[in-house]
Amino acid sequence: MAETLEREGKGETPLLSVNHVKTYFDVTKGLFSKKQIVKAVDDVSFSIGEGETYGLVGESGCGKSTLGRTLVQIYPVTEGKIFYKGRDIDTLKKADRKEFTREVQMIFQDPYASLNPRMTVGEIIKEPMVIHKILDSPQEREERAAQLLKLVGLKPDHIRRYPHEFSGGQRQRISIARTMALNPRFIICDEPISALDVSIQAQIINLLKEIQDEMGISYLFVAHDLSMVNYISDRIGVMYLGHLVEEGKADDVYSNPLHPYTKALLSAVPIPDPDVARRRKRIQLEGELPTPLNPPAGCPFKGRCPVATEECGKSRPELKDYDGHKAACFHV
Amino acid sequence: MALLDVKNLTVDFNTDQGLVHAVRDISFTVGESEAVGIVGESGSGKSVTMYSVMGLLASNGEIKEGSVVFDGKEITEKSYPNHKAYEDQMSRIRGNEMAMIFQDPMTFLNPVVKIGKQITEVIKNHNKVNDREAKDRAVTLMGQVGIPSPGERFNQYPHEFSGGMRQRIIIAMALANSPKLIIADEPTTALDVTIQAQVLELIKDMKEQLNSSVIMITHDLGVVASVCDRIIIMYGGKIVEEGDTREIFYEPKHPYTMGLLRCVHNPEKKEKLTPIPGSPPDLLKPPAGCPFVDRCSEAMRICKTQMPHVARYSQTHTCSCWLEEVRKRKGENHG
Amino acid sequence: MTDIENLDDSMFEKLEESQKNTEFIAMESKTYLRDAWDCFKKNRLALAGLIFLLFMIIMAIGVPVLSPYTYDSQNLDVRNALPSMTHPLGTDKLGRDILVRLMFGARISLMVGFVAAFLNLIIGVVYGGISGYAGGKTDMVMMRVIDCIYSIPSMLYVILIMMVFGSNIGSVLLGICVSSWIGMARQVRTQVQTLKQQEFALAAYVIGAGKLRILFKHLIINCMGPIIVSTTLMVPEAIFTESFLAFIGIGISLPQASWGTLASEARSVIQSYPLQIVWPVLAICLTVLSLNFIGDGIGEALDPKNRQEV
Repeated sequence: MAETLEREGKGETPLLSVNHVKTYFDVTKGLFSKKQIVKAVDDVSFSIGEGETYGLVGESGCGKSTLGRTLVQIYPVTEGKIFYKGRDIDTLKKADRKEFTREVQMIFQDPYASLNPRMTVGEIIKEPMVIHKILDSPQEREERAAQLLKLVGLKPDHIRRYPHEFSGGQRQRISIARTMALNPRFIICDEPISALDVSIQAQIINLLKEIQDEMGISYLFVAHDLSMVNYISDRIGVMYLGHLVEEGKADDVYSNPLHPYTKALLSAVPIPDPDVARRRKRIQLEGELPTPLNPPAGCPFKGRCPVATEECGKSRPELKDYDGHKAACFHV
Repeated sequence: MALLDVKNLTVDFNTDQGLVHAVRDISFTVGESEAVGIVGESGSGKSVTMYSVMGLLASNGEIKEGSVVFDGKEITEKSYPNHKAYEDQMSRIRGNEMAMIFQDPMTFLNPVVKIGKQITEVIKNHNKVNDREAKDRAVTLMGQVGIPSPGERFNQYPHEFSGGMRQRIIIAMALANSPKLIIADEPTTALDVTIQAQVLELIKDMKEQLNSSVIMITHDLGVVASVCDRIIIMYGGKIVEEGDTREIFYEPKHPYTMGLLRCVHNPEKKEKLTPIPGSPPDLLKPPAGCPFVDRCSEAMRICKTQMPHVARYSQTHTCSCWLEEVRKRKGENHG
Repeated sequence: MTDIENLDDSMFEKLEESQKNTEFIAMESKTYLRDAWDCFKKNRLALAGLIFLLFMIIMAIGVPVLSPYTYDSQNLDVRNALPSMTHPLGTDKLGRDILVRLMFGARISLMVGFVAAFLNLIIGVVYGGISGYAGGKTDMVMMRVIDCIYSIPSMLYVILIMMVFGSNIGSVLLGICVSSWIGMARQVRTQVQTLKQQEFALAAYVIGAGKLRILFKHLIINCMGPIIVSTTLMVPEAIFTESFLAFIGIGISLPQASWGTLASEARSVIQSYPLQIVWPVLAICLTVLSLNFIGDGIGEALDPKNRQEV
């Protein structure tokens, strides 16, 4: 399968590569009703290189979080393949699997739900070390946990406190410390800032950036806020209704969006500048995201698209390459 | 005269851990048909302030001091002979002259009652109308807030609506009785960007149509930039800066306001994000001086011990920060 | 304004980073149990219940040991005596000391109650936990098994087991436990089903935690609140069942005594010596009542909704 891996200009195997992945959920209710399938992720391919940050944006329900969770095997892949360091993660041997679970980590969205309320901060951070048998003695682990707390800007003496004693931003930093305990190579950040105050969002983003600069970690940064994604990402993928509709270098996507959906998304980003905000013309999107239960035939976006034509209803546009900037639209 | 006049409001919460001083001696006004943004992070007291105004404080919260005058009437509990008289008065005001839009529409909608019935209920509570008229009005309202085919959706339940549509329903209910004041508590935080933009636009349009005043509570300066005329910045239970929108965005005086502006990524200018370090103060033991002292890059010794005085820069623009005193002293030295 | 002008310039020197109190948490750190205990203490009824229960346990252990009488030593000279200095609660129709018999009965009744509740806890939590966490077909099969067990009246089990294994504490316990763990299992299953979708459970999965670790360290520990409450309320239920069985004559065999058998014996002399039946009934009532109060108190103490926060 190695030859099917796309090379992303760097001339080397990407760290992670997703090949035509589909994640479907069977939501059929009852034994005898009609089969109902939610196509949460429908035929998505992309790859992420070493030390790269790939931003994945889209509205809630577009499948971006499902994709993230599929990558860490919380949800099974329905079809398609995921390669980590060039190897299919479905066929990993036991030792390799262990390495994969250690190196590929995830930071969750809701800092109030992602920490076990019955464990102290120390126990939370030490748990991954215990599971993966990193460091031998409890003292070493304790020291390492304190060190990690410092790394994320908390105090080592917070180690005996419980999660509910912390604010949202502090909890998200504890979450990051837990992840870092494993020295991961690749972290999926599942909307890590969307539940936080604006003043704290920047803290978390900068912390993630610092960690990346120091350790060369790759990120898949899932979010619905294009401006923050633009800030942190090298490349951006835009998802709509389970499909990747646009992909390219962060600045290209941001300053020269090709797909009408990306354009609409961009024009909706609130701008912290009253003069600009009042001058700006917004592209009004009609309606809301259709359900992935019965996705429309043809282009998924056609129902809300300002430039849709008859052609869009007939077949689904494929992702086409325009000088390294890809978009799935007939009207580019 | 101002529509809403809050003076020296102080609110404490009695918690298991002790007394939390959520709002500490704040005063502000909201004029007729004015849109005011109250910006602050969680724990800054912005929501508590508005809940005190609406008389919706949790049972362990108490207005210790201060007055709230709405449309010429004092509406704090202490000015009423008993709790019942107060509640009667407030339930006449709430949903009628003063309406609220919540962050999570589902906390406000009854999941087992049809949407249409919930809207007509609000109309009938405060108006003498028959069922027919109430229904007509409700359907018109649903149309106004942009719900497609309102006649059909009138008979649907809340769970059949998406998040954005539910928020529109809430707005329809808030507008049902053409309120003088609409209080929106983080109305768009739970929504996607495209829906957020739609809802903000809607609130703006509705405000124009009804000529009401709007108070928008949010943690995101980006949200208030296009909607509000005036902005109040709250931190640690206090108002640290207040001014009209342009003054706040283009001539911020308080280091917190400047910090907030620096941590929103403005793609128009390619700047590095500079976060405000640390976490908000713990209001169980609020700092004696300026609440922002422990996160401020300009913090001085005086800030630890004394709350700065309010300095006025223009008719609308005030700020409380010790840096003003420093500027003054430098000016004197040079002069 | 003069005081501002009088301020020394040194007050306007910049603060060192180290002088700032960042990431300060004023809240006192308390463990879960400590917090719950503080809340439990405030509930007077629950506290009274706890004190009574402890008193009962101490008496149950102490009285039969310290008393000059044993539970089966008969003294036909003092049959049906009224309370006196030598026999605080009087004697029964065979001249046995009622206090000693009552406290010996307390041993049996309380033990049946606690052991049954403990067994229910273990079986219910493990069964419900596995069923809820595994989901899918495993869950389906495990739930159908429960339905089958539940479809037979529990009294029938008790009587059948008594017939097979004879009347002793063991078979009483077995009889009570056969079907009463089902409620616990169902409760744990529902809780685990909701909790396993929570992000902290997913986080545990992602850091590589094994199934058992996730189930016990992350899921079950977080539904401990309702589990402890049900367990506490299971104790009086078991005491009741045992007493009822003993009263109608299926239960531990004489001359051993549980509160139920004491009541049953006293029934035969109820016309002439009504006081004798009062003691065991009072003991059952007060103990069951205390346990219920304790259960409510624990429920309240462990319910996060009862925390006063902003």
